[in-house]
Amino acid sequence: MIQQNTIRDTPLTRKRLVVIGNGMAGARFVEDLIAADPSHGFDISMFGDEPYGNYNRILLSNVLNGSQDAKEIFLNPLGWYEENAVTLHAGKRVTKIDREAKIAYADGVEEAYDTLVFATGSRPFVPPIAGTSLHGVFVFRTLDDCRNIADYAKDCKKAVVIGGGLLGLEAAKGLMTHNVAVTVVEMGPWLMGVQLDADGGKVLQQTIEKLGITALTSASTKEFVGDETNRVKGVKFADGSIVECDMVVVSAGIRPNKELGAECGLTCDRAIVVDDTLQTNDPDIFGVGECVQHRGMVYGLVAPIWEQTKTLALRLTGKNPDALYTGSKLATKLKVMGVELASMGRISDVKPTDEVVTFAEPAREVYWKAIVRDGKVSACCMLGDLGPADDLVDFFMTEKPAPSRRLELFFSAGSQVHGHEISLADLPDAKQICDCNGVCKGTIVKAIQAGKTSVPMVGKATRAGTGCGSCKKMIAGLIEAVAGAVKADPSESWYVPAVPLDKPTLVAEVKKRGLKSVSAVLCELATHEDEKSKNGLASMLKGIWGTEYIDERDARFINDRVHANIQNDGTFSVIPRIYGGVTTADDLIRFGEVAKKYNVPMVKLTGGQRIDLLGIKKDDLPKVWADLGMPSGMAYTKALRTVKTCVGSEFCRYGTNDSTKLGIALEKRFQGFEFPAKVKLGVSGCPRNCAESTVKDVGVVATEGGEWEILVGGAAGAHVRRTDSLCRVKTQDEALKVIGRFLVYYRDNAKWIERTYDFVPRLGIENLRKIIVEDSLGIGAELDAEAEKTIAAYVDPWLERDNPVFAGQFEETRKVSLPMVV
Amino acid sequence: MLTLNRIALCQLDELPVGLGRAFEVDGLPLAVFRTRAGRIFAVDGICPHKCGPLADGMLAGDSVVCPYHAFRFEGATGACDQAGTCDIATYPVEVTDDGVFVTI
Repeated sequence: MIQQNTIRDTPLTRKRLVVIGNGMAGARFVEDLIAADPSHGFDISMFGDEPYGNYNRILLSNVLNGSQDAKEIFLNPLGWYEENAVTLHAGKRVTKIDREAKIAYADGVEEAYDTLVFATGSRPFVPPIAGTSLHGVFVFRTLDDCRNIADYAKDCKKAVVIGGGLLGLEAAKGLMTHNVAVTVVEMGPWLMGVQLDADGGKVLQQTIEKLGITALTSASTKEFVGDETNRVKGVKFADGSIVECDMVVVSAGIRPNKELGAECGLTCDRAIVVDDTLQTNDPDIFGVGECVQHRGMVYGLVAPIWEQTKTLALRLTGKNPDALYTGSKLATKLKVMGVELASMGRISDVKPTDEVVTFAEPAREVYWKAIVRDGKVSACCMLGDLGPADDLVDFFMTEKPAPSRRLELFFSAGSQVHGHEISLADLPDAKQICDCNGVCKGTIVKAIQAGKTSVPMVGKATRAGTGCGSCKKMIAGLIEAVAGAVKADPSESWYVPAVPLDKPTLVAEVKKRGLKSVSAVLCELATHEDEKSKNGLASMLKGIWGTEYIDERDARFINDRVHANIQNDGTFSVIPRIYGGVTTADDLIRFGEVAKKYNVPMVKLTGGQRIDLLGIKKDDLPKVWADLGMPSGMAYTKALRTVKTCVGSEFCRYGTNDSTKLGIALEKRFQGFEFPAKVKLGVSGCPRNCAESTVKDVGVVATEGGEWEILVGGAAGAHVRRTDSLCRVKTQDEALKVIGRFLVYYRDNAKWIERTYDFVPRLGIENLRKIIVEDSLGIGAELDAEAEKTIAAYVDPWLERDNPVFAGQFEETRKVSLPMVV
Repeated sequence: MLTLNRIALCQLDELPVGLGRAFEVDGLPLAVFRTRAGRIFAVDGICPHKCGPLADGMLAGDSVVCPYHAFRFEGATGACDQAGTCDIATYPVEVTDDGVFVTI
């Protein structure tokens, strides 16, 4: 019998995707798939061995040591599968695959597939020794294992952990919290043989022995010895010695679950073999996670596995059909029993020609070692103090040349700066993270622990990150520190929160259905109604439909309804255009007269070389505009704001070109252009850059030799970013043309409220240069035409002073008296 | 003693569709909204957070969003979506051929 999923609107085109495995790889893959394309055409079914939704295995040791409750480590509760229309067969193990008929069989359930993904993971390796079936011998792998170990430990005094790797040490730490004396037994000559060398292993051993854990290395376990009731009472070693104990936890590595794959004829070695497309030898079967072997490597850490799941999601959704997974460079930072440890590459892989750079500070239990091969960092381990670890990771990942004075690997000016940085985990709970909304670290951490594991979820729960957004990276960092990883959130790709579509899909849908007003879009496509979505849709629809757009004023924020910026006392600010920051005596006199006539409480010069009249009452706005007789500077809205200039060659001794002339031309040409976020321009007459063009959305700098350098994507607000150089042009006309293309392209492709400083790095400056300058997409003429169309459509919004467009547009609070008669 | 007063505010077409207008009835600031669906409601005119003028806010469905910091209040109940911020009062509104009336 084939299970039917919910009936879809287009059943014929949908494909059946079956995922075997509901662990960190399987579930992450499905999340990535949904995030990559929320309208993916798959009916998804998943099989999971365990009877739960999926959980974060990395945090199991926290459950064991009691610092987290089991329910806190669930990544996706059962409800998640329902919400995302994923059929989950929990507690069902797939026992057979029929590749001919394309059906997966599990106890009592069959699922036909078009595409099958193996994410069967791995299982603990239990060495073939006598006594593994005794009571009190456990493996440490699943949530159930954790519970069983914790229960059993209550009645125990002494425990032995077999395996001195990462997981073994985590298990030892967990057992300590149950007041059990722990001995860790490692077969190899030192602890954490994968991440550390012999000296590092010794340093780690000293550190953990101070915590009260005994570590035996080069110890080969022969047998678990039991008493008459079949309870374990000791561990016997090859040399005949015995360590007494009441319980044993085996954590001796993992073995990939490849058997199901092997049985149905997939090529297997140590694990199921996949190529760079993550495909097995069957073109309809793919694999991700610990069950696969890629270019000879089997990965057991999450970072490479998540690279795999992302790549496969991009390929299968067609979002990037050419995505390849070419292997991962492993660089990890861990905390083992309170000891900080960084590891990259294979530290045990040393050739005679390699240079080994080490630094040790025994008193503080600090040990650093880097291997330099062919002038590059090929591996490194650091213990006790991770001061320069970020620099080393950078050297390792980018393969850039190591400094010729090798000691600078550890002791560069840069690393000292890093050394003073406080890590997020060490910040006190009272430290304010979101300065806009005054949200402290402790509040955010609580939200994350309550399951809010994406930045938007944290924002919804605490408001953190919902102001200027500059703290979002720190929030993401906190999520990583607390929950292990930031959860993919499909809503991050949506243009606005109320319509679950990304911008290109939304634009296509709006055009197809001919939706010309915000209320029409909300009515047909939205899940709910909110103010952000209304604003965003208004901006987008105006861009799409131009003069055909049905302009509903209730979709506008107050500033855009009255063409002025609301202030904290309910009054407004008025900033007219002063093109290029160049004014005249007559205009200044008029400013003065208006300020006097309306008793303007504050007259302020702005950072953008304009004049701001603050404290204007709503019903005075039309009169002030009329008396000024100048067009709106649009300083209240998401549009072209100022064009800041320096004096340039007209007067400046250093000026090499006429920056004021270009600035005025730019502002006159692009005034009235509306964008997904505000846009500020700057033009500097020489590389001294007095107009601060290198931190503008679009900056222009004159160069010696008469050229203009066009810069894009800068910022100097809550976020500071230096612009990227787009190109150089020779004439003012060329500058106007290139900038026009960039502005239109940004307007039509950026997400709502995405400033150029996020847009430019998201697309990449090389990519943008190809599109804007080299016209690689062949849309140059279209962009030019769109710019001309928008220029022609410009109307000064302040002209509404003569004809208000809705009742009460420029009216103050209406006062009503109580009737006299009671 | 509490006395209820039924006050004539304005004519219906003086309330713009989808937006609010500010009134002050004997010193009491009111924000009166007319949703696209045709519902009319009146709430306190001042946001309890930082005194934002709610009549200048936007409607999100049947809720009003303060123009200052986007605190949101339900039009029907006055309930605020932010913990720690008090709800606002709501006032019954009546629309007849003679105009819009509020009871305070």
